[in-house]
Amino acid sequence: MIDETTYAELREIAARYPQARSGLLPMLHLVQSAEGRVTPEGIQACAEVLGLTEAEVSGVATFYTMYKRRPVGDYLVGVCTNTLCAVMGGDAIFERLKDHLEVGNDETTADGRITLEHIECNAACDYAPVMMINWEFVDNQTPQSAVELVDDLRSGVERHSTRGPRLCTWRQAERVLAGFNDGLADEGPSAGAASLAGLSIAQENDWRAPSAGRGASAGERIETEEGQ
Amino acid sequence: MTVVSTSSTNEGPLTPVLTANWADDRSWTLASYAAQGGYQALDKALGMSPDEVITAVKDSGLRGRGGAGFPTGMKWSFIPQDNPNPKYLVVNADESEPGTCKDIPLMMASPHTLVEGVIISSYAIRANRAFIYVRGEVLHVIRRLQAAVAEAYAAGHLGTNIHGSGYDLDLVVHAGAGAYICGEETALLDSLEGRRGQPRLRPPFPAVAGLYASPTVINNAESIASVPSIIENGADWFAGMGTEKSNGFGIFSLSGHVTRPGQYEAPLGITLRQLLDLAGGVREGHELKFWTPGGSSTPLFTAEHLDVPLDFESVGAAGSMLGTRALQIFDETVCVVRAVLRWTEFYKHESCGKCTPCREGTWWLVQVLGRLEKGQGSAEDLDLLLDQCDNILGRAFCALGDGATSPITSSIKYFRDEYLAHLEQGGCPFDPAKSSLFEEVLA
Ligand SMILES: Cc1cc2nc3c(=O)[nH]c(=O)nc-3n(C[C@H](O)[C@H](O)[C@H](O)COP(=O)(O)O)c2cc1C
Ligand code: SF4
Ligand code: FES
Repeated sequence: MIDETTYAELREIAARYPQARSGLLPMLHLVQSAEGRVTPEGIQACAEVLGLTEAEVSGVATFYTMYKRRPVGDYLVGVCTNTLCAVMGGDAIFERLKDHLEVGNDETTADGRITLEHIECNAACDYAPVMMINWEFVDNQTPQSAVELVDDLRSGVERHSTRGPRLCTWRQAERVLAGFNDGLADEGPSAGAASLAGLSIAQENDWRAPSAGRGASAGERIETEEGQ
Repeated sequence: MTVVSTSSTNEGPLTPVLTANWADDRSWTLASYAAQGGYQALDKALGMSPDEVITAVKDSGLRGRGGAGFPTGMKWSFIPQDNPNPKYLVVNADESEPGTCKDIPLMMASPHTLVEGVIISSYAIRANRAFIYVRGEVLHVIRRLQAAVAEAYAAGHLGTNIHGSGYDLDLVVHAGAGAYICGEETALLDSLEGRRGQPRLRPPFPAVAGLYASPTVINNAESIASVPSIIENGADWFAGMGTEKSNGFGIFSLSGHVTRPGQYEAPLGITLRQLLDLAGGVREGHELKFWTPGGSSTPLFTAEHLDVPLDFESVGAAGSMLGTRALQIFDETVCVVRAVLRWTEFYKHESCGKCTPCREGTWWLVQVLGRLEKGQGSAEDLDLLLDQCDNILGRAFCALGDGATSPITSSIKYFRDEYLAHLEQGGCPFDPAKSSLFEEVLA
């Protein structure tokens, strides 16, 4: 059921754009947050708000892999099996998790806690092998660490992303993707170690871009200019 | 502009500019960014005319960091200013090309660098609306972008009458929903209009009829993030780095079998040999076998290409493309057929289905490669593969189809014998456990 609050939020999303239809992708994220998947009711609501047919909305929803027709567990566990992660161990992690959770690709455990899927490159190859839990980074995994993680999540033990906050549920995550910030932006570090690999070496050696660039304090530079 | 450094310039092979503040405490916040001089470039830009900003970016020689390397300032100058429709700036932060992992850490560590770049760039092309189209699968990055935009509004860097200049800009962070093809700029526009993300016929080009059929500039996130430093330090400063036709710095992403994988910001023209030296070399006890210079859509290189300068011209002359500087390193334990099959499955999965050469072609490529990987089929299948690639390359509607052929044709060129070894052995001669990082766990 799409309630009045959700309807109002769907309209709010559409109003962010010069043309309302641009809101459709975030609106479908909101539907998933409210309904746990893309439901016929959710499609109908989007169609109604945007003045589209249900077939038009449905045609969009089926195009994108993040939209799910079947109920998703509290934690959507994605294992990157694109070439680089696969080779570094992603294939082994995915096999182990299938065995351990007794589910296949795109299936949910009987307790409704975990949905497992293999995913494509998630722009974290320098942290391979990579897993995503509800689209949060879980870097540098092994079959062992992956099993411990899903076991903890199933039994309600609090776990964090390696570069972000405590893992929330998939439905909470989908709400952020719809554009409703949850106030957790300040959690986690600026960057993981791999992101800083080059910067650390440059700092150790005091290497900079010519004439400082933005590496040194621009404020200091401005003063120098004015003092000339 | 004379920028004088307060400390002696210490030039090394790495030139952190975009990455310089990533280790700062709470680097993603406005307070931290402003303490490093953030948003001063915006003031400077607002004191220039829009055309002067375009000229500065043109003179800097900045070329698109999203793969194709089109000159950014020139792209901006194609926006017809006499067109009565509103103008739009759209940032391409879809980052999904396998191996590419630079825009995501940039937006996580310093979203304000991108936001400041968006404001300056929008001002230059006279847009009052801008969008950051970010792939949906990066929750924390999206949080940080949303928070940065909110902070920028609150500080008067966005909204109406920015810094008292009379210039207005609204910026929306828009999350995608999982589709590699939406990184292709015209598919991205369809997706941003709330449709299936399928490429559009060109012409008309987005500069003339882009978002809502209005003049639109689409640039990669790193391209736009480079703009504040160019405005602040001057076009000559930027042009003074890099090589003759590939100016400036860029983020090089090393991944795979390398001792210290990660992001290395350096002038264009650095070589893989230099980067590997900095990164501690190929994983200990192993040697380089093959690598991608710019993501999986760029033809593979081998150890013979270690000294190719990583700029647009040199990589092109050596038979590949600079692409997104996504350097995926594979050592001798990796089966090239397995690697290529997996990428090909990716292209098949991500083909949007609009044109036959790609939709049907990628399906057939997977069939034939899958057979070969299992040691079935025959040596003629290699020619069949090359023939199929020939039928896709140049005939596909967009560059996804072309890219799908790159790993196949280049791997057959350098590793034909390895394909044949699969046939001789009746299967893969490699042990996948040897290339993973945790052999002992599997044993
Ligand atoms: C299949 C495909 C995927 C692409 N993905 C991206 C992407 O994720 N990010 C990006 O900036 N450019 C991507 N591009 C390139 C864009 O079409 C476009 O050239 C680029 O965004 C222009 O920005 P630039 O000039 O600043 O590089 C992709 C192209 C193709 C064909
Ligand atoms: S080449 Fe592939 S992705 Fe591009 S339009 Fe054709 S089918 Fe779609
Ligand atoms: S290949 Fe797994 S994150 Fe890039």
